[in-house]
Amino acid sequence: MNLELIIFIVLALTGAISAVGMITRPNPVISALFLIFNFFALAGLYLLLNAQFISIVQIIVYAGAIMVLFLFVIMLLRTGEEPKLFSEKKHIKYFAIVIAVLVFVQLGYLIFYEAPSEYISQRVQQSMEAGTIENIGQQLYTTYMIPFEAAGFLLLAATIGALVLAKKNFE
Amino acid sequence: MNSIPIEYYLILSAFMFTVGVTGVLIRRNAIVIFMCVELMLNSANLTMVAFSSYLGQSAGQIFVFFVMTVAAAEAAVGLAIIIAIFRNKLTVNIDEINIFKW
Amino acid sequence: MNIWEIIIITVIKIGAILTIMLLTVSYLVYFERRISAWIQSRLGPNRVGWEGILQPFADVFKLLLKEDISPVAANKFIHGLAPFIAVFVAFSTYAVIPIGPDVTIFGYSIQLVVADVNIGVLYVLALTSLGVYGLTFAGWSSGSKYSLLGGIRSSAQMISYEVSMGFSVGGVLLMAGSLSPIAIVEAQYGWMWNAIVQPIGFITFTVAAFAETNRLPFDLPEAEPELVGGYHTEYSSMKFAGFFLAEYANMIIAAGMIVTLYLGGWQVPYIDKLGLGEIVTALMQVGSFFVKMGAILFFFIWVRWSIPRFRYDQLMNLGWKVMFPLSLINIVWVAALIMIFNL
Repeated sequence: MNLELIIFIVLALTGAISAVGMITRPNPVISALFLIFNFFALAGLYLLLNAQFISIVQIIVYAGAIMVLFLFVIMLLRTGEEPKLFSEKKHIKYFAIVIAVLVFVQLGYLIFYEAPSEYISQRVQQSMEAGTIENIGQQLYTTYMIPFEAAGFLLLAATIGALVLAKKNFE
Repeated sequence: MNSIPIEYYLILSAFMFTVGVTGVLIRRNAIVIFMCVELMLNSANLTMVAFSSYLGQSAGQIFVFFVMTVAAAEAAVGLAIIIAIFRNKLTVNIDEINIFKW
Repeated sequence: MNIWEIIIITVIKIGAILTIMLLTVSYLVYFERRISAWIQSRLGPNRVGWEGILQPFADVFKLLLKEDISPVAANKFIHGLAPFIAVFVAFSTYAVIPIGPDVTIFGYSIQLVVADVNIGVLYVLALTSLGVYGLTFAGWSSGSKYSLLGGIRSSAQMISYEVSMGFSVGGVLLMAGSLSPIAIVEAQYGWMWNAIVQPIGFITFTVAAFAETNRLPFDLPEAEPELVGGYHTEYSSMKFAGFFLAEYANMIIAAGMIVTLYLGGWQVPYIDKLGLGEIVTALMQVGSFFVKMGAILFFFIWVRWSIPRFRYDQLMNLGWKVMFPLSLINIVWVAALIMIFNL
């Protein structure tokens, strides 16, 4: 057991348990709290993977902005608790379980069938260089210039769209 | 240093994705369904960052950056839609939002 | 320097910073009360000790002895968790703010910052954006209308002002070409203070800092005439003290960030030309950092008793229609400066 593995197990357990907690709590605010924990665990895993820029952006964008927006809407609408965790309709429950098992088995089969670790081993030095903010910024403004501009345009469109949708009587 | 195999990250990501799928199917609150979608996006992000790190290339991380942009845009528009629905129907329970026109 | 020496030095630094922070927070409360009394021509607390100098301790003991209440309608777990989030976030931010240059003590070269992170500015932005959770959860979990309104207000306010805050920092980062607070301070050598080079950014950042710390004129989340006490209406005893502590710690951090980013950090213009000894120079620089921070803190208190509270729609209009465009103009201004003068 080396240190990296211990940290991974702690973070992975946090992530997995908070993900399950999120879908099983009837109260949406508690669900949001669990999702925030999950995002923190992911930010920690990104640090473990030497992706420091992505890790900090994960906290700023997801934990700091998107989830605050979600909480704002949950509190604004005061939706209250869902009466039952599984809806009364039995078939939805069975359907969900079947789909979940299918998806997980398929993903697991793919992962173990391909066994990527046989020809990929972690390149610590290269990954350290790849994850720095200098490198990502350089790439974004050279190789990925057009996608970057498109992303900016998408955000502008989303802002206008959100304004139009949320306004009461938009003239 | 004996580093951990990439499968660990992939299995965690697969698990989180499955939980997200289950959440979308069993939950009835539109906002929580949205959060489950965010969880699925994040599990995909984890896979991309893991591969990016293990291959020593930054392309995967730049993809994650774009996914986050899209997630932010999606959250803004999606929540605006939910607010608009709530204004008309006074509920966000998707079982009660079952007609095309009101 | 082996690993144990590094660990010991870091632990000493953390201890020193925590002690300084806690003392400053308690005395900041005292000074705020005295200064506000002075501004309003009253006396202020002057009974406990000489001129009321022991008042902070009396306040802490009073809070400790109060009953710890959590309302029936409250969600107990989150109600207890919220003040911890607020305090944790407020105190962990201080790790990256440098208070002085490298000094040599007993043969060790020591940086006067707990952690020299090369993305330090992003770290501060990330943590301050988390501070809102303490307020929002406190407001929601109390199970009271006033608290809920306070929580909702704080989340909307924080998101709005974070945008202009981030863009104002962008100008500073362009000038320094780095995200490390130490590099940013060193880039402001002489009179190249960012407050002088980019005054618009300085103003937008300061206004955003007022909004992020929930200080008057932007203290809408707790606005006592409308919301009783806002998000902390239902809190008492040490949990209330937690929010109190976090609010003042946030003020100190905001002042520290303003000094670091815009007022040259620990730099005294051209002090190295005077030919003083290394220790004297370092002491003067650390002193100048605290003097600047004190001036900013005094400004915070001064504004509180000079400007009335904004209305909520005015706050949102100011954030999105005035501060946001101004911070964009600032970035263009800085970029133009860099292009013209080849900085």
